[in-house]
Amino acid sequence: MDFELNGAQQMARELFSGFAEKEVKPLAAEVDEEERFPYETVEKMGKYGFMGIPVPKEYGGQGCDILTYVLCVEELSKACGTTGVIVSAHTSLCCDPIMKYGTNAQKARYLPALAAGKSIGAFGLTEPGAGTDASGQQTKAVLAEDYYILNGSKIFITNAGPADIYVVFAMTDKSKGIKGISAFIVEKGVAGFSVGKKELKMGIRGSSTCELVFENCKVPKENLLGQEGKGFGIAMSTLDGGRIGIAAQALGIAQGALDETVKYVKERRQFGRSISAFQNTQFKLADMKTQIEAARLLVYQAAKAKEKGGRYSTEAAMAKLFAAKTAVSVTTQCVQLYGGYGYIRDYPVERMMRDAKITEIYEGTNEVQRMVISSSMLK
Amino acid sequence: MNIVVSIKQVPNTNEVRLDQTTGTLIREGVPSIINPDDKSGLEMALKLKDKLGAHVTVITMGPPQADAVLKEAMAMGADDAVLITDRAFGGADTWATSSTLASALRKIPYDLIITGRQAIDGDTAQVGPQIAEHLGLPNISYAESLELADGYAVVKRQYEDRTHVIKARLPCLVTALGEYNTPRYMTPRGIFEAWEEGRIQVFTRSDLSVADENIGLKGSPTRVKKSFVKAVKGQGTVVTMDPEDAAVWLTDRLKEKFIL
Amino acid sequence: MKIEDDKGVFVFVQQIDGEISGVSFELIGKGRELAKILACQVTAVLLGSGISQLAGELSNFGADQVIVVDDAVLETYMTEPYTHAMTQVIKRYKPEIVLFGATAIGRDLAPRVSARVHTGLTADCTGLEIDPASGCLLMTRPAFGGNIMATIVCAEHRPQMATVRPGVMKRVSETFGTDGRVEQVVLPDLADHVNVEIVEVIKKVSEKMDIMDAKVLISGGRGIGGAEGFRKLEELAEALGGTIASSRAAVDAGWVEKDRQVGQTGKTVRPNLYVACGISGAIQHLAGMEEADIIIAINKDPSAPIFEIADYGVVGDVDKVIPLFIQQIKEEQEKR
Repeated sequence: MDFELNGAQQMARELFSGFAEKEVKPLAAEVDEEERFPYETVEKMGKYGFMGIPVPKEYGGQGCDILTYVLCVEELSKACGTTGVIVSAHTSLCCDPIMKYGTNAQKARYLPALAAGKSIGAFGLTEPGAGTDASGQQTKAVLAEDYYILNGSKIFITNAGPADIYVVFAMTDKSKGIKGISAFIVEKGVAGFSVGKKELKMGIRGSSTCELVFENCKVPKENLLGQEGKGFGIAMSTLDGGRIGIAAQALGIAQGALDETVKYVKERRQFGRSISAFQNTQFKLADMKTQIEAARLLVYQAAKAKEKGGRYSTEAAMAKLFAAKTAVSVTTQCVQLYGGYGYIRDYPVERMMRDAKITEIYEGTNEVQRMVISSSMLK
Repeated sequence: MNIVVSIKQVPNTNEVRLDQTTGTLIREGVPSIINPDDKSGLEMALKLKDKLGAHVTVITMGPPQADAVLKEAMAMGADDAVLITDRAFGGADTWATSSTLASALRKIPYDLIITGRQAIDGDTAQVGPQIAEHLGLPNISYAESLELADGYAVVKRQYEDRTHVIKARLPCLVTALGEYNTPRYMTPRGIFEAWEEGRIQVFTRSDLSVADENIGLKGSPTRVKKSFVKAVKGQGTVVTMDPEDAAVWLTDRLKEKFIL
Repeated sequence: MKIEDDKGVFVFVQQIDGEISGVSFELIGKGRELAKILACQVTAVLLGSGISQLAGELSNFGADQVIVVDDAVLETYMTEPYTHAMTQVIKRYKPEIVLFGATAIGRDLAPRVSARVHTGLTADCTGLEIDPASGCLLMTRPAFGGNIMATIVCAEHRPQMATVRPGVMKRVSETFGTDGRVEQVVLPDLADHVNVEIVEVIKKVSEKMDIMDAKVLISGGRGIGGAEGFRKLEELAEALGGTIASSRAAVDAGWVEKDRQVGQTGKTVRPNLYVACGISGAIQHLAGMEEADIIIAINKDPSAPIFEIADYGVVGDVDKVIPLFIQQIKEEQEKR
C-alpha cells in the first residue's frame, strides 16, 4: 500500500494549487457575493485541460488517472468551492457516463468539446418528487420514429444554464419500474428544452443550480445513452464516481479553511499573546488536521479503487460521507476560532462554512451513503 | 526550425529570509523553480512553436535534481530535454558555465538559442552573451519580444530609456526579459508524458569535448573569496498614530532634518 | 607575459547620442582611487562617432588619458563592433583592470569582451578595493537575489573586469582641466564586424526627473493599489522638490513606468530623503535604496520589513496619511 503520490502526481498537484492561488482565489469572494458563474476561469481551465483530466487522449482529454482528477478538484476547492463543483459535476457526471456508456459516435461527437471546456456538462436526474428516492422518475420519454419526446422537469441541476450537454434520465417504460428508466444526451438549444429558474442558495453561490423543463422536447434517437431500460444503473454508477469528486471538493474546502485559520491564529493577539499559544486553539487545530488527513486517505483510496476497475461504491460512499462531515465540522470550528471576524464576509471562512454544507446533501445525502455502506456489509 | 532554450534551476530567492539571530540565510524549505527570465524565454520559444511549428529543446546544466525543471518545461510544451550534469562541472563561474553549455550546444541542432537575461541567484547576466561568444554567434540581450521572419530574428531590445528593434540573421542567441512573456501553465497530460522514461537525454563530462581548463571550479577565472550577509542598518522609530497626528509627526521630523 | 606586466585602470565610457552617462564619471572617480594604490593611471576609453570632443570632459573629471575610437560604425551601440573595438584596445594596451557601468549596454558588452579575451568578469559590483597582499582587485557584489554579498577575485587572468552598479561610486569633486592626453585608435576593419541591423530606435517619452538625480523620492509599492494612488505621491513629490519612484510590484502591475523602479532589477538611488509608501521592503527593493540619507516608511502592516531600516516609520493607511502629510507640508511652507 503506497501512501505517496508519484512524481508526476505531485507535480500535477503543484500545477493545480498554483493555478488556484493565482487564477481562482482572487475571484472567490466576488463569485460568491455576486452569485456569478466564473466563465473566465472555466475558459482558462479548459485551455489547460482541467475540464477533461480523465478523458482519454484520443478524445482530446488529458488521459490521466482518477487520483490526478481528484487532486484538481481538491486544490480548486481549497480556494473556491464553486469552482471545484463546476469541474466535478462536469467531469464525473457528464464526461464520465459518456466515456463509459457512449457509442463511438457519441464519444467522438461530445467528448472533445467537453474535454476542452468548450462545452460544459451537467447531469439531470433529480426531480421535485424524486430526490433521495431517485427511482420515482416522472419525466417521460416516448419513442416516436426518429425521436424520443421528453416531457417533465428536473430540479437542483448543477451547471444548468451555462451547460451545453446534459445527461438526462427519463421513464421510457413505467411498467418496468426502475428497469424502465433510460438515459439521454440532451443538447442545449434543442426545441422544447429550457432551463428554468436559478435557485438562490446558502453556499456555492457562483454555481448555477436550475430547473430543467422538457415540453415535447424532441431528442434524436441516436442520443439514447446506453440501452433502453438501463438508465437507472447508469445513473447509480455515475453517481458512485461523482461521489469521489464531491468528496474531493469537501476535502479541499476543509483544508482551505484550516490553512486560512492557521495563518489567522498566528497573527491574532488577545490577552497579550497570539491566540495560537492557547491550548484550546492548538488542540482544535490538531483534531481538525487529523480529521482532514483521515478524509484525505479515504478519498484517495476511493480514487485508486475506481482506477483499478471493479466495484468501488463502498469506498466512494465512505469517502464522501466522511469528507462531507469533516468539511462541515472543520469549517464551523474555523469560524469559531476567528471569533467575531469569522462571521464577517471580509474573511473567507464564513463562505467556506456555507459552501461546506451542500457536500452532505447532494450526489447522495449522508443518509444515502450510509445505506450504500451498510448494504455492502449486510449482503 | 530548431530552438534550444537554456534554463536554470534556482532557489526562489524572493522567498529566502534572513535568520535574525544567526545572521545567515534560511535556505531549507525554499522551493526550487525555473529561473523567471528563463521561463519567459521558454514561453517565447513555445509561442514560436505554436505559430511556426518550431521544435523546442530545453537544456540545463546542474546537479541531477535539476531534471525537475526539464520536466516542468516539457510539461509546458517543450519537445526534448537535455540534462548536462557531472561533478566536474560544479563550482563554475560564468566563463566555465558558458564553456560547458556551449560545448553541449555543439551537439544539438539549433537555429536559435534563447536564454534568460539573468538568474535570480547569480544575477550576473553574463552566461547568455558568453555562450554566444564561444559559439561565434551574434547575441541580442534584454529582449522584450522576439519574432522570426525569413531566416532572421527580429527583437525589441531594451535599454534604460529606449528600445532598439534589431534584426539578426539566424543562427543567433537571444536573452529574454522576465517581465514580458507571461509563461503558460503546464497541462496534466504534459506532466505525465514528461515523467515517462527516456524523455531526458543526459550529457556527462565524457559526452562533451571541452578542455578541462575551461570547466568547473578549476576552469573559473573568478573565485568567491568570501561571502557575507550585509550589515543591516539599525532600526529607527516606528509609530502607530491617527493619520492627522502622523502627518504632523512626519512634518516635524522633516523640519528637524532640514528637509523642510 | 606575466600578469604583473599588465598595468593601468581602464574605464569604458558609455555615451548615448553624444552624452556621457553619469556612471562613467563615477567609475573614473573610483578608478582614480584604485590607480593611486596601484601607482598607475586611469584611462577613459571612449567609443562612438563624432565624439572626440567629449574627451575634454573626461579629462576634466579625472581621466589621466583618454583613448578614443571614433568611427561611423560605432555611432549607435551594437554588441559586436563595440566588443571588437574594446578587445583591440585591451590587447594593445594591456590594462590590469577594466571597469564598465552595469547598464543595459555594459551588461551586454562586458561579458562578450571578457569571453573574447578569456578573463574573469564580475557583475554589478557595489564595492571595489585593492587587496594589499596580492594587489588584486577585490570586487564585492550582491548575490542570491540581493540576500548576500560576495567578494570575488580574478587572481590569474588579466585584465580583471567588473561591471559596476550606477549610483554607488562617487565622481570626483575637483576638476582637472580639459586638455589631458588623448590617443586616437583607428580600427579600419570595424565595418566587417557589423552582424545585426538596427531597424528602429524607439525612445521612451518621460518628462519626469530621473530618479537617480532626485534628492527626494516618494516611492510607491503594492499598497498604493493602482495608478490613481500615484497622483497623490506626485503631489507630495512636487511639494518637496522631488519625483516619484516605485517598487517592482507597481511597475509589474502597470501603475508606473519602469524608469521609476528602484531595486535589484531597477535602479540604485541615494537621495537625501526616500519615502516608502505601501512598500513591504523585500530585500530586492532595499538593495536599491538603503543608502538613502533618511528613510521614511508608511505601511498598514506593522511587521513589514521596511520598518527595520526606516529612520521614521508610520503604521497606517497610505491613502489617509499622505493627503494629510501634503497638507501639513504646504501649511509649513506657507508660514515661511
